[in-house]
Amino acid sequence: MTSTSSVDGPQVWVFAEQEEGKLADVSLELLGKARELAGDLGGEAASVLLGHSVEPLAATLFSYGADLVYLVDDETLGVYRTQPYARAICDLVRKHKPEVVLYGASVIGRDLAPRVASELLTGLTADCTDLSIGDYEDKRAEKKYERVLYQIRPAFGGNIIATIVSPDHRPQMATVREGVVRMPEAAAGRDGRLIREKVRLSPDELMVEVIERYREPREVDLKSARIIVAGGMGVGSAKGFELISELAEVLGGAVGASRAAVDAGFITKAHQVGQTGTTVRPVLYIACGISGSVQHRAGMQESANIIAINTDPCAPIFQIAHYAICGDLNVVIPMMIDSYKSRGC
Amino acid sequence: MSYECIVLAKQVVDARNITGEAMTPEGTVNRSALPSIFNPEDLNALEMALRVRNERGGKVTVVTMGPPQATQLLREALYMGADRVILLSDAAFAVSDTLATSYALARALDKLRPFHLVFCGRQAMDGDTAQVGPQVAEKISVPQATYVEELLELGDSTVQVRKDTEDGYEVLRLPLPALLTVTATAATARPYSAKRLMKYKRASSQLELFYSMLAANPSMSRDDAGERAAEEARKLEAKGLLIPTWTPAEIDAAPDRIGRRGSPTQVMKVDWVVLKCDITRNIEPAEDAVRKLVRDLIDKHILS
Repeated sequence: MTSTSSVDGPQVWVFAEQEEGKLADVSLELLGKARELAGDLGGEAASVLLGHSVEPLAATLFSYGADLVYLVDDETLGVYRTQPYARAICDLVRKHKPEVVLYGASVIGRDLAPRVASELLTGLTADCTDLSIGDYEDKRAEKKYERVLYQIRPAFGGNIIATIVSPDHRPQMATVREGVVRMPEAAAGRDGRLIREKVRLSPDELMVEVIERYREPREVDLKSARIIVAGGMGVGSAKGFELISELAEVLGGAVGASRAAVDAGFITKAHQVGQTGTTVRPVLYIACGISGSVQHRAGMQESANIIAINTDPCAPIFQIAHYAICGDLNVVIPMMIDSYKSRGC
Repeated sequence: MSYECIVLAKQVVDARNITGEAMTPEGTVNRSALPSIFNPEDLNALEMALRVRNERGGKVTVVTMGPPQATQLLREALYMGADRVILLSDAAFAVSDTLATSYALARALDKLRPFHLVFCGRQAMDGDTAQVGPQVAEKISVPQATYVEELLELGDSTVQVRKDTEDGYEVLRLPLPALLTVTATAATARPYSAKRLMKYKRASSQLELFYSMLAANPSMSRDDAGERAAEEARKLEAKGLLIPTWTPAEIDAAPDRIGRRGSPTQVMKVDWVVLKCDITRNIEPAEDAVRKLVRDLIDKHILS
């Protein structure tokens, strides 16, 4: 344990999001990605752990891939608040100069990361679906850069995938949604260096009070579902989702939905699959009346088996489906339910 | 006491309806090929500000940064009840990323001090980044609350809000001035007032006048169009219908902090994604075919 970092090579940081002593899944997922990026950069993966009495979490961060953990344990950081957390991160960045800082694109990450980026005058790319290291040539400025962070994200309604770089600014920062990166295997007993740091907060930065906090248990657990039956605009109504739920129930799966169906009020946001919802990798994904925007596909394309049911033969969802059923879901789904129920016969 | 409220709004292309023709080879959106709309969550932000003013007194100023045609958004804000609207527009602002945009907006806010509350939509539907609100808050050194779904209490020096955390909520108390970003479930926007629509339908900015002059008279020189637009603008100003245009000079913006130079992020490349499955099997939507599919999936232990 040391109070100064003596690290070789560039560092890739992950903001370790925690609430009440529980680390967010997305932070652990990102540690796997950070290790990969650090490997390509010839550097190390590090995690920034802020909170009060959270030191035990450092061991978890090491086991998921952090080579070092910067710990700021302070009473004022007990509950997440924008300004104290931003102050702590900005000060750490100025002191240790990481090459890359990654955040979960959670409610907290999306509140914190832009505030940090603004103070540090650096770039930030939201909701990346992939990150990698590569070279970049700025043709306009006739400059070449080696080993910058490619920040890859869908844009403009999901019709394109853009690769964004911040070649002249450090750290290079990005947020990534939960579930987009595969959770690494934890290596129990894997150790790293714990670096304790302090934060100095001005009275101004402590003025916001959290008066009440309420967290409800997850309504649906799409991420661990083996089978997902998802509905889109083609389902037509909230009532229409009863058929989706019925198939899900019969097959022992969870109910998913496209953003369009959520926006239309057919079903709650907790069911949303896609870039701005949950990314899933079930054994079987049944897309019913979902056209398949890039954003939706980004959230489910790694499903092991995909069945698409759609009346439009040109629906993009068919391009990634293993089984394409061009027909009315109101006809096909009851057939599936009947076939499954009578499977023993 | 009364409250000075400022709303930051963005005109966006309706991202739900983007087609291939609407994209330039560089991967930017050809705005003119698409309908532009008031960013939906910015309407919720404006509504929240209007309610504060109507219930507690004060003024609502709407600021947008964008091309001359973003003047349309400001007219709509006037129809809804905004007291004052300002267009931030100049070629030097073009291709600003979120950092450069927040810098320009913050400079405009500095010019509008003192204010009590700044409202923004949670995110713009064309980029979904949700970055500009928090970045502006940092630049003007005020606290922020993001994902605000309800304004609970407004005191002389504090505001209390409920923040949606997706898995629950938080109640936060912030000192004023503060910046709030507002979700789609917050205050539903009111319809236009017919009276205000009649009053402001001819409101325009000098930049918008200039470009519509050029569009209507393709043979007109830029100088002539400029003179004519200035003349029209003077007439509108006399009637209180001129929407002010602020350029970098008006807000004292450093040239290296706006536009491309002020933007750390660059678009390296843009790909049209074609995702393909190796083998797609077509299944007839018929009883036998579906039954066989289900049996196949059971045999492969995909279904149990």
